Amino acid sequence: MTVQDRVVGTPSPRVDGRAKVTGIAAYAYDRPVDDPVYAHPLQATIARGRVAAIDDVAAAGVKGVLAVVTHRDAARLADTEDAELSVLQSDEVAFRGQFIGVVLAETPEIARHAAGLVRVEYDEEPHDTELRADRTDLYAPEQVNGGFATDTDEGDVDAAMAAAAVTVDEIYTTPMEHNNPMEPHSTVAIWNPGGGFPEAPRLTLFDSTQSVHSVRSTLARVFGLRPEQVRVVSPYVGGGFGSKGMAHAHNVLAVLAARAVAGRPVKLALTRHQMFSLAGHRTPTIQRVRLGADEAGRMTAVAHEAVEHTSKIKEFAEQTAVGTRMMYAAPNRRTSHRVAALDVPVPSWMRAPGEAPGFFGLEVAMDELAAACGLDPIELRARNDPRSDPESGRPWSGRHLVRCLREGAARFGWEDRPVVPGTRRRGRELVGMGVASSTYPYYRFPGSRAVVAYGGRGRYTVRIGAADIGTGAWTVLTQIAADALGCPLGAVSVEIGDSGLPSATVAGGSSGTTSWGSTIVAACRSFRRVYGDDPPPGAEAGDDMPENPDAERYSMHSFGAQFAEVRVDADTGEIRVPRMLGVFSVGRVINPRTARSQFIGGMTMGLSMALLERSVLDHRTGHVINHDFAEYLIATNADVMDVDAVWLDEEDVHAGPLGARGIGEIGIVGAAAAIANAVHNATGIRVRDLPITPDLLLR
Amino acid sequence: MIPFEYLRAGDPAEAVAAVAERPGAVFLGGGTNLVDHMKLGVAEPDMLVDVSRLPLDRVEETATGLRVGAAVRNSDLAAHPLVRERCPMLARALLSGASGQLRNAATTAGNLLQRTRCPYFQDVTTPCNKREPGSGCSAIGGYTRYHAILGASEQCVAVHPSDMAVAMVALDAVVIVLGPGGERALPLADLYRLPGDTPQRDTVLEHGELVTAVELPDLPFARRSAYRKVRDRTSYSFALVSVAAALDLDGGTVRDVRLALGGVAHKPWRAVLAEEELRGKPATEDAFRRAADAELAAARPLPGNEFKVPMARNTIVATLRDLTEEGR
Ligand SMILES: Cc1cc2nc3c(=O)[nH]c(=O)nc-3n(C[C@H](O)[C@H](O)[C@H](O)COP(=O)(O)OP(=O)(O)OC[C@H]3O[C@@H](n4cnc5c(N)ncnc54)[C@H](O)[C@@H]3O)c2cc1C
Ligand code: SF4
Repeated sequence: MTVQDRVVGTPSPRVDGRAKVTGIAAYAYDRPVDDPVYAHPLQATIARGRVAAIDDVAAAGVKGVLAVVTHRDAARLADTEDAELSVLQSDEVAFRGQFIGVVLAETPEIARHAAGLVRVEYDEEPHDTELRADRTDLYAPEQVNGGFATDTDEGDVDAAMAAAAVTVDEIYTTPMEHNNPMEPHSTVAIWNPGGGFPEAPRLTLFDSTQSVHSVRSTLARVFGLRPEQVRVVSPYVGGGFGSKGMAHAHNVLAVLAARAVAGRPVKLALTRHQMFSLAGHRTPTIQRVRLGADEAGRMTAVAHEAVEHTSKIKEFAEQTAVGTRMMYAAPNRRTSHRVAALDVPVPSWMRAPGEAPGFFGLEVAMDELAAACGLDPIELRARNDPRSDPESGRPWSGRHLVRCLREGAARFGWEDRPVVPGTRRRGRELVGMGVASSTYPYYRFPGSRAVVAYGGRGRYTVRIGAADIGTGAWTVLTQIAADALGCPLGAVSVEIGDSGLPSATVAGGSSGTTSWGSTIVAACRSFRRVYGDDPPPGAEAGDDMPENPDAERYSMHSFGAQFAEVRVDADTGEIRVPRMLGVFSVGRVINPRTARSQFIGGMTMGLSMALLERSVLDHRTGHVINHDFAEYLIATNADVMDVDAVWLDEEDVHAGPLGARGIGEIGIVGAAAAIANAVHNATGIRVRDLPITPDLLLR
Repeated sequence: MIPFEYLRAGDPAEAVAAVAERPGAVFLGGGTNLVDHMKLGVAEPDMLVDVSRLPLDRVEETATGLRVGAAVRNSDLAAHPLVRERCPMLARALLSGASGQLRNAATTAGNLLQRTRCPYFQDVTTPCNKREPGSGCSAIGGYTRYHAILGASEQCVAVHPSDMAVAMVALDAVVIVLGPGGERALPLADLYRLPGDTPQRDTVLEHGELVTAVELPDLPFARRSAYRKVRDRTSYSFALVSVAAALDLDGGTVRDVRLALGGVAHKPWRAVLAEEELRGKPATEDAFRRAADAELAAARPLPGNEFKVPMARNTIVATLRDLTEEGR
């Protein structure tokens, strides 16, 4: 049964739009608090070893400095299982940039100045940060991110490759990348030694996070508190892209600092530099992709083997090759992930972990296979579109990849694509077009609860500890609640971003709208069931996220087709992308305005990934040397020309009461491949290593 | 950032005196480079003498050309009608740099005297001879994408980041400097140094010397001039290679030419060898290529920036070709 649409499906403006554009939305660091203390972290300048001595006399003597907290005097944590969060617990240094202390002062300027006066001596040990495919210490993790199997092997890839009429066997690489949301990670922490109850929590955190409840449970564990003793508040978040999906070390540091000045709130915001070692990153990947096909382009083999890094202290294994498992029909299929544990900061989620780098390798390889078969790349994909999920054997809940490709081809003018690469010129520019498929799984995480309350005079409040990290979730949830209650949009206010609200899962895995939205629908229905259409003021009812039995019966994924046109300057190799078009199949779209923004935002990030983004890890020092916005290049307005996204008008009847599958990440998947394929079409030069920069296209 | 004093100078002489007498004092223009460096610990002045509001904020026409005050903002200079008319390459160079907000704040003198963007120079946790003489050069053997191919030394391979200065060097600009001992004028090309054994010194200026103006001698054929900047990102990024060029054609022959390169050396690089090679030659792509090769024969790229040699060659050729086509 689906909800009857009234405001769902309409382009409602953002409920938080006015507060944001007028500047009154208080982000975590903006939170007015009495008598704040400012924290500036101290970071290791070696990549491995021990802190031998810390001389903080000069720093402590600066007027306005309250304390310098280091491993010598920081409070002991109750749980140090998670080494990323085991902050200031020993003299060990596991990566360059790691926290080794924090200076607390009356102003941020004093704290930063004093931090610069602290002298640290180290016992340095040799470090190792270089990922190579020929490392002998690559290992198979127990599982990869998302809980997927590390390896899969079906049929006989080697034999199929040997027998195939047409083959592709190439290495593709993607660099280390950093999420870099506009708002840096920031936290205001208040430790109340006398507190401990929900009304007066022991620990209060104003935090910039994608999940107040997971930060609460993590910090409660780390500090030996019960979850009810901790409150995390985060109504506005200036972007996250996964990097705010879980508690990171700065949260723990802020709480340690708050304990050192008990009672006074401590404000901590990472600098842009610090974001490059402390807020997660995307691993570099080295991907070998092998494809085999018969003369007609029917695939017989697909193998995708990924090599990537993780940190020595905590494993995060990106699921780079997992998307390949279900993408195309081929009887012989193999995927694997091998990881090197290095002296690097802890990698983590970055928009579409797995699919984003993995579909660069796979979809460029598909373009190469199309060329080798003499087929149009869309035709190749159509010939290998599986009827059911090749991995699980389950029927699709709705696989409309080919429709997306054909619809996109018509809209984009694909028939005008030069057949022979490197042959079309416009003035001094070479012109070409490229296409790539994209996909993203349907995730719905259990664990959310919503409560509906009637305030009288037609007004409802819906409470759920969800997060709007700029996606429009707040607006969309309001629309869903209004329709589920059968009342006008303006009659409902949704409260989010506070662990005092009913529990909600993370804004991640493109799962927010489906998880929280279906929970809200359930809560609204429970409310109506109990109170009918004429509830007494004060009436309240809640419910948990309902199960979706179809999730076990169907293979559920979103799909999309990405098109790009590029122009390459024949003299300088400079690349421009005058047009991008994405056509997506994502189930029902709840709000076309915010959905479009997610799609074109993801595609823009994909353009940035294709042409610009690269964290340069200097292996001699072990740190990212281009660690600011002047040197770590992200697409600017001038790079982003005509980026457009459309979607199929559909509903996935197996995807729960909303018929929606999630849209936050699919926009980045395949975008870089489409651009790389267009560059090949324009120049005849096949670039298999991101980013694609002008020097690679010089002649 | 260390605590510092701030003084807003009332006139140029006061500014010079204030800085000259105090070793830790520096001039402050728009602050877009200096203040960043103070935050990063790259610069640790104990006094800032603000010269951005001195009455040096005018572009004037003189008998010999244009005189640009040191405090003229980059955006104002780029928009000035005489600049746009007489030396479009300068307007284009300015507009290709930084961002609108930065150009609104940045001054002419500050732009000339901005320091290298070498990432190691800007990161005090790494050795750098320019920042800390004798500590070593981290760029050598490291990340060299934005580093020099011409005129570098074993001590330093950094490049000068300014776009504006490249156009000005091509235009034979002269810098007017006021020091404790009086005023002097020197060709902009001589203001800058190659790194040699003293990479800590970007220019020949002495402590306390204030740039008060830049003079641009009239160069009639610069009315047809161009600035071409090749970069990784379409805007808001530094040049991989840039070319400032003005071409004086007599029919199909090059009567005269001005050519300077950015992104390739410790200073804006006047391509004298290429200019010499071109004068009197036919304005053909072949001749342009030979001229570029003459200049780039001395190039010594580093592992990681070899591409700059062909990129510079192609960009020189393309810029001259475009100017020639424009002239037809
Ligand atoms: C993100 C970013 C991107 C940028 N991109 C570009 C680019 O693409 N191209 C480009 O060319 N530039 C670029 N810039 C640099 C920008 O052009 C410079 O920061 C600016 O021109 C410096 O001018 P200012 O007046 O702010 O100088 P300040 O920062 O005030 O000073 C710079 C230096 O000049 C000295 N100084 C200032 N005035 C005088 C004077 N009158 N006499 C003697 N010494 C003086 C100061 O002591 C200091 O050492 C970029 C900057 C940033 C931050
Ligand atoms: S190139 Fe020059 S500025 Fe860069 S690290 Fe070497 S010495 Fe320092």
